[in-house]
Amino acid sequence: MTFLTYLISGLALGSVYAIIALGYTMVYGIAKMLNFAHGDIIMAGGYVAFFAFTKFGLGPFMSILLSVIVSTILGVVIERLAYRPLRQASSLSVLITAIGVSYFLQNTAQLLFGADTKIFPALLTEKSFTLFDGQLTISYLTIITIVTCIIIMIGLTTFINKTKIGKAMRACAEDKGAAQLMGINIDTTISITFAIGSGLAAIAAVLLCSTYPSLSPTLGSMPGIKAFTAAVFGGIGSIPGALLGGLLLGIIENLTKAYLSTQLSDAIVFAVLIVVLLIKPTGLLGKKENVKV
Amino acid sequence: MLKVNDLVVRYGMIEAIKGISFEVNDGEIATLIGANGAGKTTTMHTISGLLKPYSGSIWLDDKEISKIPPHRIVEMGIAQCPERRRVFAQQSVEDNLLLGAYTRKNKEEISKDLENVYTLFPRLLERKDQLAGTLSGGEQQMLAMGRALMAKPKIMLLDEPSMGLSPLLVREIFNIIKDINNQGVTILLVEQNAKMALSIANRAYVIETGRIVMSGTGEELLNSEDIKKAYLGG
Repeated sequence: MTFLTYLISGLALGSVYAIIALGYTMVYGIAKMLNFAHGDIIMAGGYVAFFAFTKFGLGPFMSILLSVIVSTILGVVIERLAYRPLRQASSLSVLITAIGVSYFLQNTAQLLFGADTKIFPALLTEKSFTLFDGQLTISYLTIITIVTCIIIMIGLTTFINKTKIGKAMRACAEDKGAAQLMGINIDTTISITFAIGSGLAAIAAVLLCSTYPSLSPTLGSMPGIKAFTAAVFGGIGSIPGALLGGLLLGIIENLTKAYLSTQLSDAIVFAVLIVVLLIKPTGLLGKKENVKV
Repeated sequence: MLKVNDLVVRYGMIEAIKGISFEVNDGEIATLIGANGAGKTTTMHTISGLLKPYSGSIWLDDKEISKIPPHRIVEMGIAQCPERRRVFAQQSVEDNLLLGAYTRKNKEEISKDLENVYTLFPRLLERKDQLAGTLSGGEQQMLAMGRALMAKPKIMLLDEPSMGLSPLLVREIFNIIKDINNQGVTILLVEQNAKMALSIANRAYVIETGRIVMSGTGEELLNSEDIKKAYLGG
């Protein structure tokens, strides 16, 4: 029964990774860049929700909504100011810029909010329920996290496959030049991608901070790196890959913590990534890059 | 309709197009023929706005379009069926066609044009739910042409539609180009298959290493001794 407990909490952690990984994978798929500042959007989202709830006295729903809105705008503005001017630049320049943006956001947060750790309030719920005569305790937060992840996945897949903008995004991911010849505005499409990824990062932030209620300027780094790992693990550029990678990573991490070693759990998680990439370089669900003649 | 004026296009330090001028009149089929690397595709990309000219200008009717971004150029009435087709392999045939109509709003007109494309290319109708990547080369060429047609263009740019196709298919494709032209769409055709291109063109230009070296009606060039030697195999 304890195994089941660890499995379920691993699933919840994995759901958060999956939601964050979507941001990495969509931006990579469409803009062909690794947005290493994505983790820091999570941090920003966490702070916005924190201040909205504790300082401005907004309700939980309004706090989350505000957090999503601010993060979305932040993501779009970052793309506009930092990445768009580098559209023709080498991918290395873009990567270094993304790391720079990441440090910029962390240090801005430190300047504005201080380096001390803040306690994130119980925005969602602290209640839990028991099953099997009290042998298995599951918090409602765990359920909310997993259900949120499922809803986001279904919603996003539908959006990408059924709507006109979604199809345009897939066209851009496949062939930007041909997409432009259809009359698709690449800049707008990339902006929308950043908006979606950043909005999702804010939702991940609330779920993450509710589970691990401490808020600091570097809050986003570790989940960011892990979610990036999850995206690569599942096959970067693939949305189902982000889900699979995220869930597996969360479960592996939690089970390692429970049965092997708490200290070594991160090392083991990354070791698994290395093994997977050695065997299947494109990730679990990654597509083979079509080499153009 | 389309006028290119002393156009120069550079890739870094390399000058690919060295000052070419040509025009395409309303309702006609014009062709740009030349060997590999002559600058045909570069010219097409520049007209569509994917490349910016170093100098010179491009006019659609009386509007200068060389500084306009590619997605606006499609809206203004220039659609391109690119070299090597470049269909969206992971989307269905019908979704590819609808992407061609991306800039258009009127749903009724779009579905009417979709019907028209399916009449021109019955094979696309048979395969409308199939992924475009699973089509044969000829079918992909039809899809790319249908997709460009879905933009409801005033002028359609066709870049090497015969590439990699069997002679029989090439003939079929060229007949459809004539059909499209008869529907009132002006055509600018770029080809290595000079004989086919010249046989349907009202106006033709020969491009060699970034310069236009000869021009005339399709028939004139078809009968020219120089052209026969250089492009028509004697």
